[in-house]
Amino acid sequence: MYEQIRSNRRASWLLMGFVVVLLSALGFAIGAAVIGGPRGGLGLLGVFGIAAIGWSLIGYYSGDKMVLAVSGAHRVTHEDEPQLFNVVEEMTIAAGLPNAPAVYVIEEPALNAFATGRDPQHASVAVTRGLMQRLDREEIQGVVAHEMSHVRNYDIRFAMLVGILVGMIALVADFFLRFSFFGGFGRRRGGGNSNDQAGAILMVVALVLAILAPLAAYSVQFAISRRREYLADASGVELTRNPLGLARALNDIAGDPQPLRHANRATAHLYIANPLKNKKDKEVAGVFDTHPPIQKRIAILLEMAHVGPEALVAGRRTASVAAAAGTTPHDPPPSPAVPPAPRA
Amino acid sequence: MRAGTIAGHVWIPPWRTLGAQKRSQRKECLVIAVIIIIVILVLLGIIFAGMYNSLVSRRNQVDNAWSQIDVQLKRRHDLIPNLVEAVKDYMSYEQETLTKVTAARAAAINAGSQGPQAQAQAENMLTESLKSLFAVVENYPDLKANQNVLSLQEELTATENKISFARQFYNDSVLTFNNKIQMFPSNLIAGMFNFTTRQFFEAPEGDREVPKVDLR
Repeated sequence: MYEQIRSNRRASWLLMGFVVVLLSALGFAIGAAVIGGPRGGLGLLGVFGIAAIGWSLIGYYSGDKMVLAVSGAHRVTHEDEPQLFNVVEEMTIAAGLPNAPAVYVIEEPALNAFATGRDPQHASVAVTRGLMQRLDREEIQGVVAHEMSHVRNYDIRFAMLVGILVGMIALVADFFLRFSFFGGFGRRRGGGNSNDQAGAILMVVALVLAILAPLAAYSVQFAISRRREYLADASGVELTRNPLGLARALNDIAGDPQPLRHANRATAHLYIANPLKNKKDKEVAGVFDTHPPIQKRIAILLEMAHVGPEALVAGRRTASVAAAAGTTPHDPPPSPAVPPAPRA
Repeated sequence: MRAGTIAGHVWIPPWRTLGAQKRSQRKECLVIAVIIIIVILVLLGIIFAGMYNSLVSRRNQVDNAWSQIDVQLKRRHDLIPNLVEAVKDYMSYEQETLTKVTAARAAAINAGSQGPQAQAQAENMLTESLKSLFAVVENYPDLKANQNVLSLQEELTATENKISFARQFYNDSVLTFNNKIQMFPSNLIAGMFNFTTRQFFEAPEGDREVPKVDLR
């Protein structure tokens, strides 16, 4: 765990440095193309570099507020949502964290949850209304434990920075691409023939950079989040000592077809399961998937609990939710001939 | 390399200064040996300090974990009179269950000053009595619909969970702390500075499952 914390801290610094360098390069390319010549390039390099440093600092200190605002989450107290609040406190104690994260609710029927913040002292956990209504206490506990392990090992810091910084790179590149297509900046006034040629080359470079930058940033985002989800599942179980709770919760989430309206590409990787639901869940994660295949996660959790998939529906009060959805290939038809495996 | 100047200095071939070199070599050896010894001592000191500090921080973690359990146990003790008050009008035929809970609570409060083992025993008795109380509550539809009782039940469930998670964290902390005290080489430091192993907060077999009282 300490290893993870250290690597997350290091990765956060590297990411901020990487973004500052990338944006400065982007600034140079755009500046050289738009304003013309290396002087224009250096000018925009400075502007972009300073802007990137400023944005990184803002992202570090108030990125969680931005993420929560974008997600449409509102803060709740113990009086509003006693059960959710209690579950969060329980997991705080299990994780041995000094204080409980702030609790937020997203008023949407979709099933999802995320955690954000820069460290365990400044952390928030957000849960959708649908998740609170459709999942039982044990399942909510599993979900919150998963989020709490993100909090404990500083995943939240890195993931938040990825969201904020990747979002910005995409924004700048988008803006530039649109500008270049509609603004038509290729012809600078008073330029000779050779200047035009150099300008055209630089413009091509700028375009390539502008296209590559968000791609590079996105692939970082995809690569980091998938392994983290498996890890958080495992350490969440370490907190609850109950793999079945999280397994059943993930099964419910997989069976729910509703996408989360408030999620977007910059925040998708924060959630416990892919909130966009844009494609069918596959066995293998593709290059551009932010989350590992949910069925694989469930299978790993069931293995931890030493039970078969029938345990997902056995003994639940709201068994109809998962059974009716019927989208899980691992679910055998409920047959009385199969006795539930004993819990070890 | 030829004789000549290297970085401004005149290079003197070694065979011309053999005697002087031997003397200076011996001196150099001595200096190097002293430096090595100092470095080793400093490194040892750093390692010792590191082990000592980690022992202290582990001990603080154990104390902190214990105080967490304490906080939650107190909270449970405070909640129980409210619950008994809320249900007693409905449960006039269940006086025995209620008195058991009240007695177990009193015993648990008394055991608070008698060390982890005694306290754990008394608290486990209290958990058992609460379990039977909640089992009885299931038989009273009026009670199950009572908002006050429901919220008290949620609070008690949460407190039970918090106790068991705090106990889990306490025991994990004690395990790491005791390991550090007993394992080489940190056991040397632990012996020097009088670090002693701590007791686990024992849970009875099958107590991992907290009473199911949510009526969703």
